[in-house]
Parts: sequence; C-alpha cells; structure tokens
Amino acid sequence: MNFFPVFKKELQSYLSSSIAYVIMTIFLTLSGFFFYTDVLNFNIRNMGGGITLTEGVWLYFFQDIRFIFLLIIPLLTMRLFAEEVKLGTIELLLTYPIKNIEILTGKFLASLSLLLLILILTLSYPLSLATIWEVDPWSLLAGYLGLFLLGTSFIACGIFISSLTENQIVAAVATLGVLILFWFLTWNEAIAEPSLMEILLRLSLFDRTYNFFRGVIDTKDVIFFMLFILFFLFLTLQSLNSRRWRGVR
Amino acid sequence: MIEVENLTKVFGSIWALRGVSFKIEKGESVGFLGPNGSGKTTTLRILTCFLPPTSGRVTVDGHDVIQDSMEVRRRIGYFPEKVPLYPWMKVLTFLNFVAEVKGVGRTERKRKLFETMESCGLAGVAHRTIGNLSKGYRQRVGLAQVLINDPPILVLDEPTVGLDPEQISEIRKLIKNLSKERTIFLSSHILPEVSMLCNRIIIIHQGKIIAEDTQENLAARLQTASRLLIKIEGPREEVRKRLEMIPGVSKVEEKERVAEKIFVYLLGVRKDVDVAREISSVVFNNRWSLLEMRQLEMSLEEIFLNLITQEN
Repeated sequence: MNFFPVFKKELQSYLSSSIAYVIMTIFLTLSGFFFYTDVLNFNIRNMGGGITLTEGVWLYFFQDIRFIFLLIIPLLTMRLFAEEVKLGTIELLLTYPIKNIEILTGKFLASLSLLLLILILTLSYPLSLATIWEVDPWSLLAGYLGLFLLGTSFIACGIFISSLTENQIVAAVATLGVLILFWFLTWNEAIAEPSLMEILLRLSLFDRTYNFFRGVIDTKDVIFFMLFILFFLFLTLQSLNSRRWRGVR
Repeated sequence: MIEVENLTKVFGSIWALRGVSFKIEKGESVGFLGPNGSGKTTTLRILTCFLPPTSGRVTVDGHDVIQDSMEVRRRIGYFPEKVPLYPWMKVLTFLNFVAEVKGVGRTERKRKLFETMESCGLAGVAHRTIGNLSKGYRQRVGLAQVLINDPPILVLDEPTVGLDPEQISEIRKLIKNLSKERTIFLSSHILPEVSMLCNRIIIIHQGKIIAEDTQENLAARLQTASRLLIKIEGPREEVRKRLEMIPGVSKVEEKERVAEKIFVYLLGVRKDVDVAREISSVVFNNRWSLLEMRQLEMSLEEIFLNLITQEN
C-alpha cells in the first residue's frame, strides 16, 4: 500500500496551517479546565473517602472530553476531501498512479495521528495527579481506549461527509449534525417503544462509551466502534469511486 | 500510443463528446484545437482516467483507461487546465510528494528532483511557498509535476493560458524541447501555438472532430483567402470603385472614417494573387496616399467557420 506520501502530505498540511494549533490550544484549554473542576469536585465529594479515582474523576473527565471532540473533530476532518475538490487538486490525485483506498488510508491515518497526539498531550493530567494520588493505570487505559475509538468514529464520519462536498464549512456543520444525531439517539426514552429503544441504545455513540469510562472494556463495544468506523470508511471509498462512474464534471 | 475509438461523453442532458475517434503514434506531437466548450478538456480528462467515458474505447499503450487505469496513469504526465496546486506547500515539498506518489525510487528521487527543477527553471524558488508564486512560476511547477517521473506521454491542457508573452515563449521552448523524445498531446485554442509545437493537428468542434491533418495541409486547405486592412487618403467613392476593380479583390468594406478623406477599408483577397503591388500602384497613379496596409491573420473562429461551412 502506497499511502505514505498522502499521509505525510496531510500531516504537513495540518501542521503548516494554523488550524491544528488552534484546535490543540482549544482542546488543551478546555480539557485542562474540565480536569481542574472535576478534581475539585472529587475532593469535595470524597471527604468521607471510599470513592475511587475512576468513578470520581475519570468518568466525569472523559465524559466532558467527548463534548470537546464534538466541537473539534469536524474541524479536523472538514478539509480532507472538500479542500482537494475546491482547489482542483483532486484532479491530480485521481490521475496519479495511486489507488483511491491508498488516498483514503493516508488521509484517515493523518487525522488519526493528530487525534493521538491530542490524547497523548492530555496524559499530563493523570501523570500530574499520580504524583499525589495512586492512579490505576488499567482503568485509565480503558477510558483512553474509549476516547480513542469515539474520536476515530467521529473522524471516519467526518471524512465521509467531507468527500461529499467541496465546501469545508458545509462539511463541518453536516458532520456535527450527524454526530449529534448519533449521540442523542436515546434521548426520547419516554416516547420510544422498548423494542425501538433497544436498537437505538445499541447505535448510540453516547451510551457506548460509558463502559470504557468506568474502566471496563467490553468486546461488544469495541466491535461496535470498529463497525461504525469501517462502515463510514467504506462509504467514503464508494463516494470516491463514484466520482468515476457518476462522471462529475 | 493513444487510441480513441468512438468516444462519447454525456453530462446529464449535455453531449460533451459525440463519437470522437483518433490515433496518436509514438513520438508524435499532436495539437488538439478547438474553441472553449468544444470538448477538449473532457477528452483529455477521459484519457487521463479522471472521467469515465459514457461509451467508446480509449487505450493508452494498449492499456484500457477503465480496466487498466493504473498502467495508463503510470505512462501519462497530465497538466490540468487550471494548474491545481496546494498553495500551502513549498515547491520542493510538493514535487517530492508527487515523486513519491508516482513511485520514483528513493535513490534517484533527489537527482530527479534536481534535474526537473533545473529544466523547468524552478531552482531559485525551491523553498518558496506555492501560493506566493507568480502565475508563470505556478505554471512551471505544474509542468514539473508532470515531468518528475519522466512519463513517455505528456497530456497538456492549455499550458500557456494566462501567461505574459515572455513566459509563454519560455514555456513553449520547454515543451518544444520535451517533444523530441516524448509523445505529446496538447490542447489549445491558439492556432499559432499549436502550429509551432505540433506536427499534426486535430480540430474539435461541438464534441466532434471536424478536421485532422498536418499543419501545412490544414493551412493550405483553409487559407485560400485572406484579408487586407488598408488606410487610404482619397475620395471615398472613387477609392472604393478603383479598389473593387483590382483583380483578386473579392469585396471591399468600409471600416471606419479616420479623418476627412481618410478611410480604413477591409478587403477580401485571394491568396495566390499579388494584390498589394496592384493596390499601391493604383494609389500612386491617383495621387492618393497609402497610410497603412496589413494582412489580417485568420482567427480561430474564422477557421472554424470555414471548416463548418466546408463540412456542410
């Protein structure tokens, strides 16, 4: 697979534009603030003791981070294909001897690397906490895995939507809309029938992260995210291939 | 090298190509001429695997553009009309990216990059950001990305459009050099450009090929008549009458009045008769003054008109 050149180009693109830095700054500022308040909260509630760090801090912290993901990941993925179409460079890419799946892999992995980088930066929070408290690395790892899978799902969805339009803003807003829908599918608990609720619960990105954040890795959850990611990557590939048979001008 | 058979392309309800067929042999430089919207770019895009044909068959070096797309892409260097480039990239970074994508080996990449930038006159701007380059340099970067992997076939879509005269002549020189060892298919709507660079011309109009011949044959076929523009000081009616009597002049048209007694006339003349000598002697004998005389080149539109009327 010759995806490396595209991967490298996308990373360069992220790092040469201000967007990556803006996103990282926003992310670190917000997550730092959330972490700080979550720890303060924990201190107050843990007066009597007995609450673990996982239940008292990480669960809240990770849940807060999901909202920042919702905000920043559409911004991360919006340009991936929309920009190529707008600039016309898609005409170069699609006439170079490189397969569509290689282009997609390169772009996907580039945005994934940025997500990983962001997550690694947040490791400073548990590390600083570990200096005064005992931190259980395994439940923390489960939480990070949950975040990573959630973020990757967002990216897959965002890439797909970016491949449908040449307007980056449309791509970002549409991604946000779709993600919110997937997230809050289960909010209508009072109205939906139990059988429907059952299905919705399985599809809701929101509920799927809960186990991870409590420190539990359930294979079913992992498979759900994997399928979600593969599904959208597959759609993206079809959207790219369709440029050929649709004969877009 | 390139074979196009009965190619059609339909966009919705618009027929961009209606049964285009032609062949290009190895080592030929072929010009693809046509007015805007005639189907040039569509043909090139199908040839380079960017668009699929609606029907018909296109093969490059024996490889089908649909079934064997990767093999075709490896053999073709494509210069798209609008020269799309990444504005945020540095010239060298961009060319390195293209070299990697096109599979230029690590060991020869450095040499290849150096050579290509040298031959395209980019050595001085290697570390400049593409978005800050002038149109002429962007065009060269576009050409460099075509040449980086030394493809045997070059497909160039209007390579000199939007450049100033000096840049145009530089790019043409570059292409002329390249044509020595490669097959070139170049689209343009400028006749002199094509006649300068190519030894064969294909003319397309409204999605159909209306002429295909060498430059000399086409010129001979088309330019049996030409036009003269002359400015004469003298009595209008008299001048006009005398001009019309000159053998070889088919029609005289008054174009504008410059000053009292000075008029510009437009003459349709036969190419094989020396009309100029006759005109000047008429003017001299009547003691008028000949202030200007020049031959008007046939514009592309007129050539098309000629071709279309010939067809019918």
